[in-house]
Amino acid sequence: MAVDASSAGPALRGARRSLSAFFWRRPWLKVTALLGPPLAWLVLIYLAALAALLISGFWTSDFFTGRIVHDWTLENFKQVFSFSDTTYLRIAWSTIWMAAAVTVTDAVLAFPIAYYMARIARPRTRALLFVLVLLPLWSSYIVRVYAWRVILQENGILNWALHGVGLPDANLAFTNTSMWIVFSYVWLPFMILPVFAALERIPDNYLEASADLGARGFRTFRSVILPLALPGLVAGSIFTFSLTLGDYLTPVLIGGANAQFIGNVVFNNVGIANNVPFAAAYAVLPVLVIALYLAIARKLGAFEAL
Amino acid sequence: METRRLRIGLVAWTVFVVAFLWVPLLVICTYAFNKSNIQDWPPAGFSTKWFGTAWDNPDVRDAFVLSVKAGIGATAFAVVFGTLLAFGLQRFQFFGRDVISFLFILPIALPGIVTGMALNRFYDVAGIGLSVWTIVIGHATFCMVIVFNNVVARLRRTSPSLIEASQDLGADGWQTFRFVTWPTIATSLVAGGLLAFALSFDEVIVTYFTAGSNNTLPLIIFGYIREGLRLPVVNVIVFAVLLLTVVPVVVSVRLTRDTGVLRQR
Repeated sequence: MAVDASSAGPALRGARRSLSAFFWRRPWLKVTALLGPPLAWLVLIYLAALAALLISGFWTSDFFTGRIVHDWTLENFKQVFSFSDTTYLRIAWSTIWMAAAVTVTDAVLAFPIAYYMARIARPRTRALLFVLVLLPLWSSYIVRVYAWRVILQENGILNWALHGVGLPDANLAFTNTSMWIVFSYVWLPFMILPVFAALERIPDNYLEASADLGARGFRTFRSVILPLALPGLVAGSIFTFSLTLGDYLTPVLIGGANAQFIGNVVFNNVGIANNVPFAAAYAVLPVLVIALYLAIARKLGAFEAL
Repeated sequence: METRRLRIGLVAWTVFVVAFLWVPLLVICTYAFNKSNIQDWPPAGFSTKWFGTAWDNPDVRDAFVLSVKAGIGATAFAVVFGTLLAFGLQRFQFFGRDVISFLFILPIALPGIVTGMALNRFYDVAGIGLSVWTIVIGHATFCMVIVFNNVVARLRRTSPSLIEASQDLGADGWQTFRFVTWPTIATSLVAGGLLAFALSFDEVIVTYFTAGSNNTLPLIIFGYIREGLRLPVVNVIVFAVLLLTVVPVVVSVRLTRDTGVLRQR
């Protein structure tokens, strides 16, 4: 039954067999053959691109034409990291602050639903909830941001609902609060799923053991559940933090003209201001922030939970 | 284990979060049927006339075609390279393995603006003009991880003894792959590919920097919204895009639900 369906002649079979044996005896060759193409792609394109980003940061652009001039200078980085004119450091700081706030908000929103899905819901309910969380995650990001732009506008559904119950207008359009809501909204599924996965892996008898040893609900939560869910929380936070840090759609579409975040400053410098070298230099800053964040996450064991 | 009050609290929280996730999507879907071109709530009336307007817009149609092309291209690369990667990293233990798997997470772990700017700089320095191919290369770079994740999860659940059994029964490397390995991973490959397509089809942040003057569907939406132009058309596209994402995601969930190995036919 397990005979090769193709009508390969004995010569071909023999050749195939010796080829299999050849690779079987040389596993390093097999690894190289498997990993070579994707690694080449990553190094020649992605790592090369990151290098190109860094190098571009040392160039300048012609003030009038916007053309890139290949003169080496530290000016862009000096401007980004300047302590005398802290404009760009302050923008970076408020972006990091927003990313942190969004991460905490999503962790708080996600934990109870993840817990319900992982440990209480029956299989059918769990499968349904899983799809209900997964679909928004994969549905278009710009669509979800746009939905909030429409909801928050002056004559939108939010103010209509507030009027309905006799409350005054919320006037949230183009504020930091609205950006905080929208960021938390769009990245929430990225937090729910890893926390759910971590909670699902906790064996029931750990909780029984904890109860047998006399721990009440809260103690079990703090000493057993939370430490075991931590890698999932950290894994989710990599997404919520990093995605917020590198986004410009929400600042442009929800924050409006006054919003100043790393993402839309870079975006504007490529588009309107036409100062690409400066944009490149500024884009290096989030790389440093994320590198630090990933180093901490690694220590907390998040990569096993990704 | 949990007290009754805690359970009720958790159910209430779950309902609240699911509503939070879905109400905005449902609201934006109703706007697609808004008769008026003013975006006030509640809509003045309902009509499907904007669907025709959207379909007749050649820019929108071109953008749709480009998005599909880029999605298929990126998915093809991502499936091949992501699968190779999964086999290489899952089947073998070697020095530097963790570093390699970490490197491949970078394109999705680094902020989108970084990946976008970096690729933009790369194409410029290398003298590559922006086209559908630069979009495909950019998308494939971060879609690879999606396929990799799906295939590697399946490989982890597949017992290595299946392959040993096949070898004990005298199968050569090709037969083992064709009759044992391939049937166990095929659905995870399709699932990963579908998700990669969905990701590529919707991507904006990186695409903006790699598309040049070409417009993908999300980019044309972005442009219209920023300029406040043709919002009824945007509503229709948005509705269509949401519906289009449901299909690959639901199919991929169904494909990965069973482990595939021990399933009875």
